[in-house]
Amino acid sequence: MSEEGATVEVAVVVNGTPRTVAVEPRKLLVQLLRDDLGLTGTHIGCDTSQCGACTVHVDGQAVKSCAVLAVQVDGSAVTTIEGIGSEGALHPLQDAFWTNHGLQCGFCTPGMIMCAADLLARDPDPDEPTVRHAIEGNVCRCTGYHNIVRSVMAAAAAMRDAEAGTSQPTATAQPSAS
Amino acid sequence: MIPAAFSYTRPASLAEALSLLAGASDGTKVINGGQSLLPLLKLRVAEVDRLIDIGRLGELQGIRPGADGGLVIGGAVPYTAVLASPLVAERCPLLAETIADIGDVQVRNRGTLGGSVAHADPASDLPAAMLALDASFVTRSSAGERVVAADGFFHGAFETDLRPDELLMELRIPGLAAGTGTAYRRLAQPASGYSLVGVAAVVRTDAGRVVDARVGITGVGEVAYRARAVETALLGGSSVADAAAHAADGQVVASDIHADAEYRGAMAVVFTRRAIEAATVRAG
Repeated sequence: MSEEGATVEVAVVVNGTPRTVAVEPRKLLVQLLRDDLGLTGTHIGCDTSQCGACTVHVDGQAVKSCAVLAVQVDGSAVTTIEGIGSEGALHPLQDAFWTNHGLQCGFCTPGMIMCAADLLARDPDPDEPTVRHAIEGNVCRCTGYHNIVRSVMAAAAAMRDAEAGTSQPTATAQPSAS
Repeated sequence: MIPAAFSYTRPASLAEALSLLAGASDGTKVINGGQSLLPLLKLRVAEVDRLIDIGRLGELQGIRPGADGGLVIGGAVPYTAVLASPLVAERCPLLAETIADIGDVQVRNRGTLGGSVAHADPASDLPAAMLALDASFVTRSSAGERVVAADGFFHGAFETDLRPDELLMELRIPGLAAGTGTAYRRLAQPASGYSLVGVAAVVRTDAGRVVDARVGITGVGEVAYRARAVETALLGGSSVADAAAHAADGQVVASDIHADAEYRGAMAVVFTRRAIEAATVRAG
């Protein structure tokens, strides 16, 4: 089946919805998401696994979807930026990026948020150097990163508050929050 | 960028994987995380006819204690799992220190230890640590199993002792004797993050004297190597600075747009000194 055009079926749960798609083995996960499923929130920035704009979660872990074959996620759960919040109910990270001006052009933002979500799932209370290390694989040309780091710190605080059952104020910049 | 067309097989068992490899053509390549291979395929620096995906074979998973206070790590274990392992933190902090800065989180979630060792990129960090730790690799084909020492496994850039019909099953890392300190120090190319120079040092001291030393260096020569002249000098009572001066002895030092041979050779000496100093302090 090495001839061009031969396809294999991939069954994958994307943002909670089971999908089955016939793909060529060489198709990348990012192409499956964007071209076959129309989920264009996942961006292609560099296409050489440096920029992180294509970051999505596979079985809960952040990956660069331009460096994963679609056939490799057969049987997995994939979460994209479209799957973590909606316009009426933003994810705390989406809310915090908005509130703290964590984006300008917005191109890197979906990948940045998916990468930050991976960090906060492992470490709900990261310090600033930890956040900076965690987003090392995501490139932003607008913000200079300071407001992105602030946004992630604010989202972490908001998520901890929500977890503790306390009132959940709008996430605001707290550079000194630990 | 889209790779040239290939076929893809995900064997359901180790036996099936080995039997596929036994009869495989030259254009067959094993894939797991794919973090080195896929970028090469996308750039069409490499082309394959067929990929055999070993990512879900249970036999290549797991981090276990070794009999001698060491570690056994499955060939398909991703970096992230090693970094999260309390057993690794306890028994082999050098391993965690070496891989903490490989790529980025996304790459470490997919990339595997066995993949890095089998790929043998001359700038990859892990081989330096494997050499300094005196690790060995268990390989298997349908003909049987081999245990190959890391020292001698790396033949050249992207060339190893691994045969085309073999899988790298596990990495065996011996335990460290009491009084041993370890450290990894590297000079990263600022844009790519790849190591221009990476030095792993394992040093055992007794009453302030170095009684055992192993130094693995990556990024400098054609492939990672044991810096035996450095080790010999240390054991002979040389100062760390004098010993480190031998870091690139016998090597054809790599030269490229990021670091010419003179600079790279000089940095090999500096980072060798730093790694040995840090390991010695930790040895207590």
